[in-house]
Amino acid sequence: MTAVIALVVVLPLLAAAVVLGVRRFGLLRDVLTLSTMAAVTGMSAALLVEVDRNGTIVLEVGGWAPELGIVLVADLFAALILLVATATILVVELFAIGQRRTPAGADPSVVGPILLVLAGGVSLAVLTGDLFTLFVAFELILVASYVLLTHQGREAQIRSGMTYVVINLFASTLFLFGVAIVYAATGTVNMALLAERVPELPAATQIGVGLWFLVVFGTKAAIFPLFSWLPDSYPTAPTTITAVFAGLLTKIGVYVLIRFFTLMELDELGPLLLVIAGLTMIIGVAGALAQDDVKRILSFHVVSQIGYMIMGLGFFTVAGVAGAVLFLVHQIPVKTVMFLAGGLIEDDQGTSTLKRIGGLASSRPVIAVLFALPALSLAGLPPFSGFVAKLALVDAGIASGAWVIVTVSLVGSILTLLSMTKIWLGAFWGEVTAPAVPASSRRSVTIMQSSAAIAVAGTIAIAIVAGPLWDMSERIATDLLDRTPYITAVLG
Amino acid sequence: MIVAVAGLAASGTFLVTSRSLSRIVLGFALLGHAAVLALLASGGRAGAPPIVDADAGAETANPLPQALSLTAIVISFGLTLFVLALARRQQILTGDDLVEDDVEDRRIAAGEERLDAAGAAEVLARGADGRDTDDEEVRS
Repeated sequence: MTAVIALVVVLPLLAAAVVLGVRRFGLLRDVLTLSTMAAVTGMSAALLVEVDRNGTIVLEVGGWAPELGIVLVADLFAALILLVATATILVVELFAIGQRRTPAGADPSVVGPILLVLAGGVSLAVLTGDLFTLFVAFELILVASYVLLTHQGREAQIRSGMTYVVINLFASTLFLFGVAIVYAATGTVNMALLAERVPELPAATQIGVGLWFLVVFGTKAAIFPLFSWLPDSYPTAPTTITAVFAGLLTKIGVYVLIRFFTLMELDELGPLLLVIAGLTMIIGVAGALAQDDVKRILSFHVVSQIGYMIMGLGFFTVAGVAGAVLFLVHQIPVKTVMFLAGGLIEDDQGTSTLKRIGGLASSRPVIAVLFALPALSLAGLPPFSGFVAKLALVDAGIASGAWVIVTVSLVGSILTLLSMTKIWLGAFWGEVTAPAVPASSRRSVTIMQSSAAIAVAGTIAIAIVAGPLWDMSERIATDLLDRTPYITAVLG
Repeated sequence: MIVAVAGLAASGTFLVTSRSLSRIVLGFALLGHAAVLALLASGGRAGAPPIVDADAGAETANPLPQALSLTAIVISFGLTLFVLALARRQQILTGDDLVEDDVEDRRIAAGEERLDAAGAAEVLARGADGRDTDDEEVRS
């Protein structure tokens, strides 16, 4: 099984090189890309089953001891997020293949290989057991995302891409400084060793390290007040790209935040995290209410939903962290499918500005259903996955006696529902508008709609298996807060 | 070494905050150097080259930060090139290398100002800053 851990990182990267070589041969390229992603998803599923049954698997790359070399660690948390992430990339790749013949579509000869690079980066970021490899993984993800965002070379994309690149490059440089600080303070970059040594540092140094990495990972995760790059850059990219960004990039930031803060025992920063969480929720959703374009509204919701996960982490209780994990698992597919639905609207109408579209509920009922189900889930209505995840978080909040943040999160939910209603009123009800663009070919529409439908089915499946998933989240949270399972698994 | 890191980081940050893209690229080059120096400084004192079987008796330098620095240098080199390419593309498209404002933000902000001018009396009466009314305007 240890070979599988290496393969989920290496296989997409190798395949990316091969696919880049054959990028002119459409069919071969698509088949290779899809089969690689399917293989990686399958391996992630096998990994999750194996880890669930037999406990954490550790791979010491090159046979070096953890103190010296790189370790890849697949614990339950990593395996779960890995499966959700790779499955999401697989669905998006399918959508991209359907979208390639449409005018708004991204260039398939670029998207295929670069999505594979992104998948390799995501696997590495999720599995890595040391801080510097995490930096490299982040760079891998970011370089892929820079290219995906700007490869069409339109003016708006270059402008917002520039903001995105500059902000993320700055955060990466801060990350590098952070690695230097941590290494100077502890003499290691291995996370398990750090987990032993950081709590022994003077309190002020601990808080300093915590705050430094809160800024670094917070920029990637788009928490308040570091989110302003996100609603600016996401809507300009082609739908496929935005969907994968919204579903994955910020969530990897949150994953790393949860991992780092629980492992380094930075409980003192909990109240600060709760304040940030509340502000992120409210300001994100307020920004969404002010917008009048489907993609821009959804981009602000990405920010708002990050707040809920940070809230769960901020409690530093088993129930809170388990809620955050469950929310993370629910958000990745839901956010992706919302953007895919937005892409279907844009493909059908030629625009996603609410004022210029309308009446889709009667003219395109399939899109309406594909939008409505995840929208209700996002707002947290029963019986969808969003309800289960939010209930878990609110429950944890009440158990911790944090009434303010619970109230804020409920207000945020209502405002989310309000802005979903706004999209519904603007796009799906009202007078039927004539599409501004010629219809896409039936085949590409079918592929796009069925891949969005697969993703919707995935989000519903999460609601159905909510019980077992909650048990798993609780076990993950117990292990994360206990810290010893991770440390003993890595250091032996 | 620490002074050098501080100086490089300060001038790098100053350049990054400017509006001209060419300055931003230069700023990132400086910031990258600062981070690499900080990594090296975190490894302790300089010593003999850390080569296996070399001079085992002498105090050797810590090889780990050196390996990390090399990786970081390669990454920052590639990214600097990418940013330069982006800046060049923007220069072709728009004819200058300034960072531009977000058009959509400008549009929504402009809508707010128009509303402020029109409904100034109402806003004053409410004692609000105009933001609330704008939200309602868009919502309705």
